[in-house]
Amino acid sequence: MFRRLEDPRAEIEFDFEGREVTAREGESVAAALLAAGLRGFRATAVSGASRAPWCMMGVCFDCLMEIDGLASRQACMVTVTRGMRVRRQRGAKALDGAAAPFDDDEGEFA
Amino acid sequence: MSAVYDAVIIGAGPAGMAAAITLADHQARVLVLDEQGGPGGQIYRGVEEMSLMMPDLFAALGADYAHGDELAARFRNCGAEYRARAMVWQVVPGEEAHEVWVSQSGRSFRVLARSVLVATGAMERPVPVPGWTLPGAMTAGAIQVLLKSAGVVAEDLVIAGAGPLVYLLAAQCLAAGARPMAVLDTTPRGNLAAALPLLPGALRGKGPSYLAKGVSLKLALRREGVPVFGGVTDIELKGTSEVTDIAFKSRGRPLWLSAAVVALHEGVIPAQQMTRALGCAHDWDPVQRCFRPRTDGFGNTSVDGVLVAGDGAGIGGARAAEHAGRIAAAEMLCRAGRIDAAARDRLAAPERRGLAEHRAIRPFLDRLYAPPAWLRDPADEVIVCRCEEVTAGAIRAAARAGAQGPNQAKSFLRTGMGACQGRMCGPVVSEIMAAAHGMDVAEAGYYRIRPPLKPITVGELAAAELD
Repeated sequence: MFRRLEDPRAEIEFDFEGREVTAREGESVAAALLAAGLRGFRATAVSGASRAPWCMMGVCFDCLMEIDGLASRQACMVTVTRGMRVRRQRGAKALDGAAAPFDDDEGEFA
Repeated sequence: MSAVYDAVIIGAGPAGMAAAITLADHQARVLVLDEQGGPGGQIYRGVEEMSLMMPDLFAALGADYAHGDELAARFRNCGAEYRARAMVWQVVPGEEAHEVWVSQSGRSFRVLARSVLVATGAMERPVPVPGWTLPGAMTAGAIQVLLKSAGVVAEDLVIAGAGPLVYLLAAQCLAAGARPMAVLDTTPRGNLAAALPLLPGALRGKGPSYLAKGVSLKLALRREGVPVFGGVTDIELKGTSEVTDIAFKSRGRPLWLSAAVVALHEGVIPAQQMTRALGCAHDWDPVQRCFRPRTDGFGNTSVDGVLVAGDGAGIGGARAAEHAGRIAAAEMLCRAGRIDAAARDRLAAPERRGLAEHRAIRPFLDRLYAPPAWLRDPADEVIVCRCEEVTAGAIRAAARAGAQGPNQAKSFLRTGMGACQGRMCGPVVSEIMAAAHGMDVAEAGYYRIRPPLKPITVGELAAAELD
């Protein structure tokens, strides 16, 4: 799927749904998660279909994730930082602003 | 009220950077706003960091990419005020000055500008084929962004589409040591014959160097033995929760490949979100089948004091964008009273010659890569509006039920009202509506775009600072 080329940039760790993921300083949350093997980034609010980044440049809004507690952020436009907390969103947002937890029994994240 | 900038430039790609350098050279007060962490736009994405940190990959990406590093360095040192990670969510034209509303680090503020240069560039044309919403389906540009900004390469990659970027991406992947499994070329049969009469024009100016680059990219693929399928139609991405295969026809012959990542690309079109929101007049390009903001020879739009330069005004490529940026800068200097009209024209003259040299090949390329007819006529079951999951069939049914155009399709179906605000479905919905009613796409029109251009929180809006 995706692999990293040799990269001397500093490694930083962030939290993805309780798991520690290693990223490189300066890259986007979406790039870090694609490199880590994530396929489905969210489930749509309409049908629950699985989606992932399409454009990687802020146009398509298909990489929306909950980042540091704020839902529906463009993962391709947010630079990853140490200790950042990232979660997938499933379906429509609840009234309290929280995204529904992702049903993670699909084993799609290596 | 805080001081008014002579010029606010939205976008730090080649057009925006070049304009800023010219403005700053003439002591203008200029502010550049850009969504990315560093200058370069998408074409030179990540160029500063790449040249420092990953010299091998930087070299592999080629001389044209390396040019962006020089331009970015000149931009950094030119004296223009530059804000990175700054997202413009609203521009309000005014009599004395235009208001530009910006979000940066979770805080919104307003700046004032005598003139605004929209240098927001292009986006890739949407490619509504069955399965294009599955994880693993991406644009060619997305694969490039991963390479340039993160040093991440795709494995089990099939590249499908038409246009210069298809072959450039394949060659860049090869140079980075990630061999694409196949290239599926969707250039319609007949395009080459239709483009040939335009070839003499393409041999003027910088045309030959573009043609030579194209030929060398294709030869590189052949030398490396990357399979290239021609005459590709009927693309379908297969998989239940993610892409696993791609089915297609090559010259009518049905074929099937396994693929974890499919890069789709059918050319680039001007990103019209901002110029639409500003109420600028747009014209329909019947060859490239896209809307472009109407501009004069300086980049002025129909809205006084709002200019567009670069691919956002019509696709011309990065080098043409630099010239267009400097021409727009000359006009903005004149508007700010820093130079007179004669000086403006002197400043613009050599840039016009440069622009013409880089544009010489465009009529040929535009015709050669005129998008295939099937792209504007997706099957009924294909999702067109990715956000609201509205199919082509539903849009056609709405048209039959009386929806007169894209904006009525919104009220019938919510198409274009999701998170991307119509960026992804707009071009296709206009085509489907035009076909359904037997009208020209120019007549069918386009979505009305409203602020905020990108989502901001209510809290940020409430706390926005005036000056």
